[in-house]
Amino acid sequence: MLKIENLHAGVDGKQILNGISLTVNPGELHAIMGRNGSGKSTLANVITGRDNYEVTSGSVTYNGIDLLDMSPEDRALSGVFMSFQYPVVIPGVNNTYFLRAALNAKLKHQGLKEINAADFMRLIREKLKLVNMDEKYLSRAVNDGFSGGEKKRNEILQMLTLEPALSILDETDSGLDIDALKIVAEGVNNFRNSERSFVAITHYQRLLDYMKPDHIHVLIDGKIVKSGDMTLAHQLEEKGYSWLES
Amino acid sequence: MDKNQQIIDSAISQEYEYGFTTDIEQETIPPGLNEDVIRLISSKKDEPEWLLDWRLKAYNQWLKMDEPNWSKLNYPNIDFQAISYYAAPKEKEKLKSLDEVDPELLDTYNKLGIPLEEQKMLANVAVDAVFDSVSVTTTFKEELEKHGVIFCSFSEAVHSHPDIIKKYLGSVVPTTDNYFAALNSAVFSDGSFVYIPKGVRCPMELSTYFRINAANTGQFERTLIIADEGSHVSYLEGCTAPMRDENQLHAAVVELVAHQDAEIKYSTVQNWYPGDPKTGKGGIYNFVTKRGTCLEVNSKISWTQVETGSALTWKYPSCILKGDNSIGEFYSVALSNNFQQADTGTKMIHLGKNTKSTIISKGISAGRGQNTYRGGVKIMKGAENARNYSQCDSILIGGECGAHTFPYIDVRNPSAQMEHEASTSRIGEDQLFYCNQRGISTEDAVSMIVNGFCKEVFNELPMEFAVEAQKLMEVSLEGAVG
Ligand SMILES: Nc1ncnc2c1ncn2[C@@H]1O[C@H](COP(=O)(O)OP(=O)(O)O)[C@@H](O)[C@H]1O
Ligand SMILES: [Mg+2]
Repeated sequence: MLKIENLHAGVDGKQILNGISLTVNPGELHAIMGRNGSGKSTLANVITGRDNYEVTSGSVTYNGIDLLDMSPEDRALSGVFMSFQYPVVIPGVNNTYFLRAALNAKLKHQGLKEINAADFMRLIREKLKLVNMDEKYLSRAVNDGFSGGEKKRNEILQMLTLEPALSILDETDSGLDIDALKIVAEGVNNFRNSERSFVAITHYQRLLDYMKPDHIHVLIDGKIVKSGDMTLAHQLEEKGYSWLES
Repeated sequence: MDKNQQIIDSAISQEYEYGFTTDIEQETIPPGLNEDVIRLISSKKDEPEWLLDWRLKAYNQWLKMDEPNWSKLNYPNIDFQAISYYAAPKEKEKLKSLDEVDPELLDTYNKLGIPLEEQKMLANVAVDAVFDSVSVTTTFKEELEKHGVIFCSFSEAVHSHPDIIKKYLGSVVPTTDNYFAALNSAVFSDGSFVYIPKGVRCPMELSTYFRINAANTGQFERTLIIADEGSHVSYLEGCTAPMRDENQLHAAVVELVAHQDAEIKYSTVQNWYPGDPKTGKGGIYNFVTKRGTCLEVNSKISWTQVETGSALTWKYPSCILKGDNSIGEFYSVALSNNFQQADTGTKMIHLGKNTKSTIISKGISAGRGQNTYRGGVKIMKGAENARNYSQCDSILIGGECGAHTFPYIDVRNPSAQMEHEASTSRIGEDQLFYCNQRGISTEDAVSMIVNGFCKEVFNELPMEFAVEAQKLMEVSLEGAVG
């Protein structure tokens, strides 16, 4: 599914990622943990193709195709999704409208018929239930005036609606209270199947307790310094990161 | 299919869509302005003596006036002697029916999406088609006459309804009002005239479509709309011009009069040629004076404008709220892309008691465009319990454009309630990336955000034209990002 090899990258002239290699197979959930500033969001932004992020060497392929060669929207249309650490507010643009435009862009890309307003409402009502969101959020502008937790739930709502093959969840757990965390984790868990892959970026073991990742990687200074299973997450919770620093 | 998507799909060309010229034999008077030119225009229209005198008086006043320089617009001096003040398609005979309209002209209007032939006309919209200095034809005339509604070209009204013209011409915008209004009063050629009799709700949308075709000519039209007691009318104007390398002057005057309990809704979709997007060469200089008087109690005038074209826009549709309980509204979207400059806004003058005004202005700047909102609200001494709500929002696309806001407020009655809100935002890289990450292209993202931004104003347009306005916005914004 996703194959990252010896990736070196930076932003605005600053080198941040120093040789990352990571393979995510279909159906797997990988967790990436690391302190603030270790390069987690940078990795997510490089995979999704954000402007100003330059790759200096290495490669990122997705189902065998070179992802770095594609525009951000083509990456999205071919099934790469990012739940933003800081979801963006778009004033004046209705949340329903936005979500339907996104879904229709995808359907169109797949050569399928666009979804009409009535069918879309039926679909979205079902998805709302999965993240325990009130319908009133649909008529508001995208993320406008949403609390931190509401924004994160809205990201997951978008994921559930767009059904991406690869989801990168950038600190989807931060800003959530324990109940919301459970809901979001459950939403993701129910969405998992043998074809869909996930990269969950987080600081905390809490989320991982719910999501049960297949692999955990620790990122320090733009490098994966250790990989393991849930026991690694427990060790980090106990001892912090310093014991891994060279 | 999704309406917006449809709009986007159809907006494929990056060129100004209406930039073609019509090859037609035209009668154009040589450039230059003096009393003889004014006499010539007046005689071509076979005008009565009083109107010629009115023009000459305006001309002599204009000679003593100075071109205004208080706006943020930056442009070289206009050489008023280099402009031709009259151009008209050559007619064989006086037209009796549409069959006699030059097929070239019918074809031109077809290309503009304004079919004038009976069988193709837009349902429920009567059109007065003005080509350079003259009105070519007016549709649905008989149908309107059944309701007592008069809708014809201004030149025609001078002959058929001289009393009404004499009574109202210049009553809202006096000849001395400003430099460009004075010039218009001296040389105006054609335009539309509307009279809605007492108690009549005009059964269809009225619309004038202005087309500049001839080179080196100015367009100076004059529109007068009278809504008598208890009547109601919705009027729309549209405008386009060919692509030419020289700047062309357009200086119009619009006067509206609403009597007791009457309502006038005036909408504009302005799409004059904006000039070359890469060099800024050419384009229309649009200096327009639009004003309405709510003459009597419970009257209402509402201006809605979507200004996407022109190299320069200088325009402040205003309301004089004279009658008690009268209402003035101004809804505006003004776009400046590439080298365009717009200095636009409104004036609300409250004279009567319990008068109310609403101003919603949305300015969009892209490329190197400069967009200025200039609005005045004046509450006079006698305007007990007047209210105003103003909202001026600007959105910037890219780093080279500018937005400026100049609200002027003058309150002379302490009972006034004033509310003013303003905001400036930028379509950010983060917003575009967020949309891209959801599979939405940058171009679609920009139009989605801009349409969201303009929604309140588009909602005020008549249905048929709201879609048109959105479409226009897409085309005008193409190439604004990336
Ligand atoms: N636009 C930028 N310009 C310069 N430095 C940046 C920029 N964005 C992020 N950084 C720096 O890159 C490092 C990694 O950031 P980030 O990937 O956001 O870390 P994380 O998500 O792990 O907290 C940090 O030191 C951060 O300050
Ligand atoms: Mg981060």
